[in-house]
Amino acid sequence: MSAAAPALRPTSRLLRTWYAVKGRSYPRTMGGLREPSWIFYDIALPLLGVAAFVYVYRALGAPAHFTGYVIMGGATIAFWLNVMWLMAAQFYWEKHQGNLELYMMAPCGLAAILLGMAFGGLLATTLRAAVVIAAGVFLFNMDFTVSSWPLFLLLFALGLVALYGLGMFFSSLFLLWGREAWHTVNLLQEPVYLVSGFYFPVRALGPWVGMAASVIPITLALDGLRQVMFPGVHTALIPLGWEVAGLAALAVLFTLLALWMLRFMERLAKQEGRLSFRW
Amino acid sequence: MSTYAIETQNLVRTFRARKSRQHPSGSPIVALDGVNLQIAPGELFGLLGPNGAGKTTLIKILVTLLLPTSGRAAVDGYDVGTQAQQVRERISMVSGGEHSGYGLLTVREQLWMFAQFYGVPTAEAHARIDRLLAIVGLYEERHRKVQELSTGMRQKMNLVRGLVSEPQILFLDEPTVGLDVEAGRDVRAYVKTWMGERTGRTILLTTHYMSEAEELCDRVAIIHKGKIIAADTPAGLKRAAQSGSYFVLSTERLDGGAEFLSGIPGVARVDASARDGHTEFHVTLADDGAIAGVVAALAQRGRRILQLQKVEPTLEEAFVALVGRRFEEADEARGP
Repeated sequence: MSAAAPALRPTSRLLRTWYAVKGRSYPRTMGGLREPSWIFYDIALPLLGVAAFVYVYRALGAPAHFTGYVIMGGATIAFWLNVMWLMAAQFYWEKHQGNLELYMMAPCGLAAILLGMAFGGLLATTLRAAVVIAAGVFLFNMDFTVSSWPLFLLLFALGLVALYGLGMFFSSLFLLWGREAWHTVNLLQEPVYLVSGFYFPVRALGPWVGMAASVIPITLALDGLRQVMFPGVHTALIPLGWEVAGLAALAVLFTLLALWMLRFMERLAKQEGRLSFRW
Repeated sequence: MSTYAIETQNLVRTFRARKSRQHPSGSPIVALDGVNLQIAPGELFGLLGPNGAGKTTLIKILVTLLLPTSGRAAVDGYDVGTQAQQVRERISMVSGGEHSGYGLLTVREQLWMFAQFYGVPTAEAHARIDRLLAIVGLYEERHRKVQELSTGMRQKMNLVRGLVSEPQILFLDEPTVGLDVEAGRDVRAYVKTWMGERTGRTILLTTHYMSEAEELCDRVAIIHKGKIIAADTPAGLKRAAQSGSYFVLSTERLDGGAEFLSGIPGVARVDASARDGHTEFHVTLADDGAIAGVVAALAQRGRRILQLQKVEPTLEEAFVALVGRRFEEADEARGP
């Protein structure tokens, strides 16, 4: 009964993946433009938290680069929140909205759609992080010197790939956990602010805690970026070269894990009817 | 390669179930129980059944969202389990009452987004979207946000979403459920137009509405408790359900009952009732030819026949004959 199926040419597969990425990233970017409330929630409110830490450090007479630590942490929060709420928990919401089934049966595949979500989220969040840093520079005279722009961009790019790979991995996992997704996001929010050193050098937690926390890509990315932005004064967790290698490994690991998890989730969903029915 | 657009062979799908008051045994629930279907390219095929009959389960298997527990299913010759990618390149699905997409996008943007998932280049996607929106009467709303659309508009937009990728095989799962009369009529009208525009396209339509199946479908299968209990043209199903011919005759007033007609050869049953100064006879005959004897008997009594009508059975009656209960009763028997 089955037919010989001609394989899709790699070029057309790539092109269709690009179309899907473009298509799914569109609502993410347009959402930001059409609902400008993010300016208040994603920039003004986080800046208040940043301001509190800046004034604590100033009151204690901490060195000037601690202000930079805090502002970098504040900017990075936007990425972590984006990955948790708009990547990890997204399939869960898509399922309840009725989109997930349509995504699953689209020929582009779920991975391309997830990539679109990541790409759209990444563009919007990078803009938000840049505004937070600009506001920090303007309001608190944040002083930094980038020792190497190529290294800075490499760390940033690797950090993003690893982080969004983790988000893609979580998206399948959260879908399988069902209603616990909401709690899981909350559970991972504040503790990660602490163990990844959002407002202080992660080395302060001790090398072993810092190393354990490095499984979250943001830990190594933030520490690496601080080494490049505050050369000579930042207390690094590990040498920069190791951080680059670690981030590259995490990027590969999480991307592969995400793809494997997607396939596993889809198979399980089709076998057990988890996406379609509740018995 | 299979010549069918859709083919299933002894398709079975069960679901694990937890013990509950409604399902005390906790044994697996059989949603599909050995379904065999062959749908030819170019057919508009209807799947008619009450809630819980297995319609949606069958569609979910055919659109590669569920795996069969056993048996096989193929779409355009490709196995839904092992060749899901090939199947997905040829199909689309629209469900009734779906709220897919994103409310912040405009109608045109939303449809463009879905077209991207099917690899339709932007210029071509926009051309198709504008044409389809004009056909379903939504062109003026193309720049309106999805969240501002009424239920009917939204369903028309969903239909356009299903068609924008120009699928070879379209699955419509209760596409007019919850729509007002006018919107439902518009959707049905365009489904017919779409089928007429190009040959070789196939639609599998599930519906609750007998009239919809009767109006649209070339063939209809009645599914009940996971089994296909009959599949034929709507006329064929009605014929099969009918145990003879059914006539209604109206004559000048004739007192004394209908006993004089019961003895005529070929008359299976006859009832008479007085109505507005006339007498109405409801006659069930073994075959159409027996009506001549009835007419002659009435003429002998000197009564003019004012009206004579052969009444065709409806699909509802066919359903009752095949399932043993009315559609709504079958729904209620399943419970909420």
